[in-house]
Amino acid sequence: MRNIWSIAKKELGLYFQSPVGYVVFAIFLLIWGFFFTSAVNWAYEYSLQAAQNPYYSQGLNINQMVLSPTFHNITIFFLLLLPALTMRLFAEERKLGTDELLYTSPLSVTQIVAGKYAAALVMLLIMLGLSAVSSLFLFSYGNPEIAPLLVGYLGLFLMGAAFMAVGLFFSSLTENQVIALIVPMGLNLMFFILMSWVAYSASGLRKQVLDYVSFLRHFDGLVNGVLDTRNIVYFLSFCFFWLFLTQSVIQSRRWR
Amino acid sequence: MIEVQGLTKRYGELVAVSDLTFKVETGRIWGLLGPNAAGKTTTMRILTGYLPATSGRAVVAGFDVFDKPNDVKRSIGYLPEVVPLYQDMTVTSYLAFVAEIKQVPKGKRKAAIARVVESAGLKDVSGRLIRNISRGYKQRVGIAQAMIHDPKVLILDEPTIGLDPAQIREIRGIIKGLRGEHTILLSTHILPEVTQVCDGVVIVNEGRLMASGSLEDLAASFEKRDGVVLNLRRAGAEEAALLRAVPGVENVAIEGTELRVEWSRGRDLRDDVARLALDKGLGLREMRSVAGIEDLYMKIISGRLEQ
Repeated sequence: MRNIWSIAKKELGLYFQSPVGYVVFAIFLLIWGFFFTSAVNWAYEYSLQAAQNPYYSQGLNINQMVLSPTFHNITIFFLLLLPALTMRLFAEERKLGTDELLYTSPLSVTQIVAGKYAAALVMLLIMLGLSAVSSLFLFSYGNPEIAPLLVGYLGLFLMGAAFMAVGLFFSSLTENQVIALIVPMGLNLMFFILMSWVAYSASGLRKQVLDYVSFLRHFDGLVNGVLDTRNIVYFLSFCFFWLFLTQSVIQSRRWR
Repeated sequence: MIEVQGLTKRYGELVAVSDLTFKVETGRIWGLLGPNAAGKTTTMRILTGYLPATSGRAVVAGFDVFDKPNDVKRSIGYLPEVVPLYQDMTVTSYLAFVAEIKQVPKGKRKAAIARVVESAGLKDVSGRLIRNISRGYKQRVGIAQAMIHDPKVLILDEPTIGLDPAQIREIRGIIKGLRGEHTILLSTHILPEVTQVCDGVVIVNEGRLMASGSLEDLAASFEKRDGVVLNLRRAGAEEAALLRAVPGVENVAIEGTELRVEWSRGRDLRDDVARLALDKGLGLREMRSVAGIEDLYMKIISGRLEQ
């Protein structure tokens, strides 16, 4: 555990010793702010209409109207942004030869993978924490429910963790950071959207499989505030799968 | 102590190291000498647990590299050929990180960092970013990180490569200062590094062991003759004939502007040769012993050694 923390601490330090960490946070907050503000605006206009027409007011729910759309929109940005945080983790070590230091230290490959992944997750948590400031405003002007909000954040975190697990894997495959960025972007997009599009027009077993593998269905459940363990298990096993692949790739490379 | 037995490493068809056997006693400095692509780096990577061997056995500090990789990793310090530096860290924070992953106990880390900063001469740059320090300092940081957990065994891959002569001297000084406390294996393709720093040498070429032993033993076993190289005012046939007439001299060869005078091992004709040069007024500028090991090495790497 101490070894994992040593690696994680080093990676976190490197995010902030270069401008990378700050730039990622700034751009994320900018985009988040944009999505959040437009959702609030839309909710505001909808409420004005509802005030004149009691029929509309039955559907009023600030969680549904502001947070869900923001969470949905930000995932599109996440799947492009998060690989930028993971691309460096293994690719750069290999390119600069610093991996030789890690692999000749009394650390296991599993500890190294876990440490690097933990650092990426901490970055994600910080981002979500920063974004939560805007959600706090909702409490001063409305009365959103806290439980669905937290479950929504959990969904967003798991989704981000899944994107990052894919990113970490491709970082371990190559020493080229551009490849470690582009490939996970495409793959994440596929898991996130394309698969559910294909599932939409498919039928039978194929539809069921595609539907299950695609992120969207599992994510929808959580973002709408439904704490369904199946969705959590799905994301956790997805992450473990890619982390296991990462570990295997590194382990096997040394035996070749 | 380092003990290697029948070590072989294949990359597919390519045999990088083939049936290598040698031994380095505790507290000695040994050189792993060979031209580029002789299998030096591969050997070191196997010893440090970075690469597994295809076959053979290696024992470092009493632990088998294959069976107890973590015990080996705890007892060695390793300077890879490409110094593993994080450019965005300061020297101190980098050393602190290495101390942590080498499992130096928390309470002793500060002292360990202070110790290596001192012995590697890093005081002036300890607060600076690694990307901003010179090549020589980077190499010293590499040596410092290898020593941070006070390992019994140090494995240094080309520790002086790419440095200027002054820096080379400094690094060699640091390494020599470690003799006695540490067992050191350093690789190099430059012979003087071995003769100046090391107690013994393992010579490899194309992945094979060509010779190994202490410097004196090697020179003695391969050189049947002793001799000197003379730098005279003029090195011509005339001077050569005069020297050949000295009793006991077996061979005199003209090598460029110098003369090489040889006699059979066991005798010492240096006084006689010098006296002749002075008596005959040959204008003696320099007289130095022939480095037997140098001849041996040249023969080995040019493939002229039948052994």
